[in-house]
Amino acid sequence: MKTIYKKPDVFLSENMHYCPGCTHGVAHRLVAEAIAELGAEERAIGVASVGCSVFAANYLDCDFTEAAHGRAPAVATGVKRVHPNALVFTYQGDGDLASIGVAEIIHAAARGENITVIFINNAIYGMTGGQMAPTTLVGQTTTTSPGGRNPAGAGYPIRMSEIIATLDGAAYVERAGLYDVPSIARAKKAVKKAFETQVHKKGFAMVELLSTCPTNWGKTPVDAMTWLKDYMIPQFPLGVFKEV
Amino acid sequence: MTRELIKGNEAIAEAAVRAGCRYFFGYPITPQNEIPEYMSKRLPEVGGTYLQAESELAAINMVYGAAGAGARVMTSSSSPGISLKQEGISYIASAKLPCVIVNIVRSGPGLGGILPAQSDYFQATKGGGHGDYRVVVFAPSSVQEAADLVMECFEVADQYRVPVMLMGDGMIGQMMEPVEFKEPKKRGLHEKSWATTGRQGGERNVISSLHIVAEECYDFCLEREAVYREIAEKETRCETELMDDAEIAVVAYGTVARIAKNAVLKARAAGIKTGLIRPITLWPFPSDIINDYAKQVNSFLTVEMSTGQMVEDVRLAVNGQKPVHFFGRTGGIIPTPEEVFNELMKMAEGEKHENNL
Ligand SMILES: Cc1ncc(C[n+]2csc(CCOP(=O)(O)OP(=O)(O)O)c2C)c(N)n1
Repeated sequence: MKTIYKKPDVFLSENMHYCPGCTHGVAHRLVAEAIAELGAEERAIGVASVGCSVFAANYLDCDFTEAAHGRAPAVATGVKRVHPNALVFTYQGDGDLASIGVAEIIHAAARGENITVIFINNAIYGMTGGQMAPTTLVGQTTTTSPGGRNPAGAGYPIRMSEIIATLDGAAYVERAGLYDVPSIARAKKAVKKAFETQVHKKGFAMVELLSTCPTNWGKTPVDAMTWLKDYMIPQFPLGVFKEV
Repeated sequence: MTRELIKGNEAIAEAAVRAGCRYFFGYPITPQNEIPEYMSKRLPEVGGTYLQAESELAAINMVYGAAGAGARVMTSSSSPGISLKQEGISYIASAKLPCVIVNIVRSGPGLGGILPAQSDYFQATKGGGHGDYRVVVFAPSSVQEAADLVMECFEVADQYRVPVMLMGDGMIGQMMEPVEFKEPKKRGLHEKSWATTGRQGGERNVISSLHIVAEECYDFCLEREAVYREIAEKETRCETELMDDAEIAVVAYGTVARIAKNAVLKARAAGIKTGLIRPITLWPFPSDIINDYAKQVNSFLTVEMSTGQMVEDVRLAVNGQKPVHFFGRTGGIIPTPEEVFNELMKMAEGEKHENNL
């Protein structure tokens, strides 16, 4: 029998704790594939964040440091400054990166910190049970915006990729989506590019991956993907925002 | 032996570099700015990294990353900044990482003032951040001792894999004194086989502060508690002076201990048998020594630049055996030897002595 496709060894065979239909698993796999394709298994150091992906180290077979909520870019800075030749990446949710950790992500990018950031935007706080996130869409119902996010008081969703792209230290910024096979193939390229940016010491790289949270959105996995495509993409357009 | 006249903050920074510190992450705040300023010039000379973080929150989390990556790393700040660092300190303790934190204490609460104080004693010794953990706290009383102790801080941190704090008041940071930089006393510690360096062909390492299963968190806390007990047993430091025949014991730490010593000498000259107990580690606290002296002396006087924080530990140590009096100045006001002397006179004359601010 000929093997035509197999998972990279760096992607562990653990049963995942993620809910059915959640795209964290897909994103993990893209990270694993990028590390494997760059042959960086022995020098990769991940920085997990606080959110559903706090257990990322259970699925990726490389060194890991698990950061406090929002602080992953600062922790990664410490790691990278000590091991400049390691492949250092953070993996952060939208509450982590776009709310409590805004200062850390902005300044890591502004410094041109030579790290790769994987940013999972699922428009909600998954881990804590579906509260409003900084990326929650206007009108979107969450457990803390029961009548739908109302901009009068709750403000508007934040487009992090566009903000980060304005910073001179950012070398590569792309937003991709995880909602069907072609979009995942494009996301895979973006993730790889974000790691290559680091390998070539070009500076800070971030990939924002629009992701689903069927459990907290109250949707089936398929409906969640459709909702992502129909509602999230108009608010968070896909594309490359920065490439140097 | 060469001695140089140097400011406390700079002596701390230079001693840290000589102890092998190669990474420093900080954020400006008075009265400790000479530490980051010195490091920004000195660390690149020795192949190290100085980085001005966007906040104390970021700085301590950079320390967390660098400590986990196996580096000797330090940060420094003053009271309001140390409050922000508490999140990271708790995580560092939970992830069993070594690092050194310098707190050049200013008056507070809130933004407070920039003058010397000892009002962060509670924060430093009673947790500061959340959870079941301890921070080893060294309190130097001279610039020379600050330089010596910061070297020790790194060894203690590495040996037990704990965060260690060097706590000085603004005077320690700002005054100039002659210092001899000694050879750091290395403890012959093992390599940091647990550090995140990339697998590099071996087993991988995961640095984590997450203990989600109750039994695992319980075991973890007990394992750490055993380490904290070992630290208390082996690392407690305290200096006593003129205590052999003392009837009144003055307890004071840091620069206040020097003021108190002048008062003790003056009282001795006036025929009052007093002595000085100076805790050098604030945690672990020299409770046993104080408890022993409680059998000898008639009373204690605790002197602090606060409204009375360490005095609670003195009372716990004395455990009701003898009266423990307090004299303090706070808010950036420094107690004078005369004031402390007057308190001793009152105690000697058996006057009823209340807590005295
Ligand atoms: C300082 C702090 N505040 C709050 C929390 C609680 N908390 C855990 S995860 C989380 C939000 C996670 O949402 P997100 O970052 O979007 O990731 P997701 O779970 O959706 O993948 C929060 C608020 C925490 N752990 N620490």
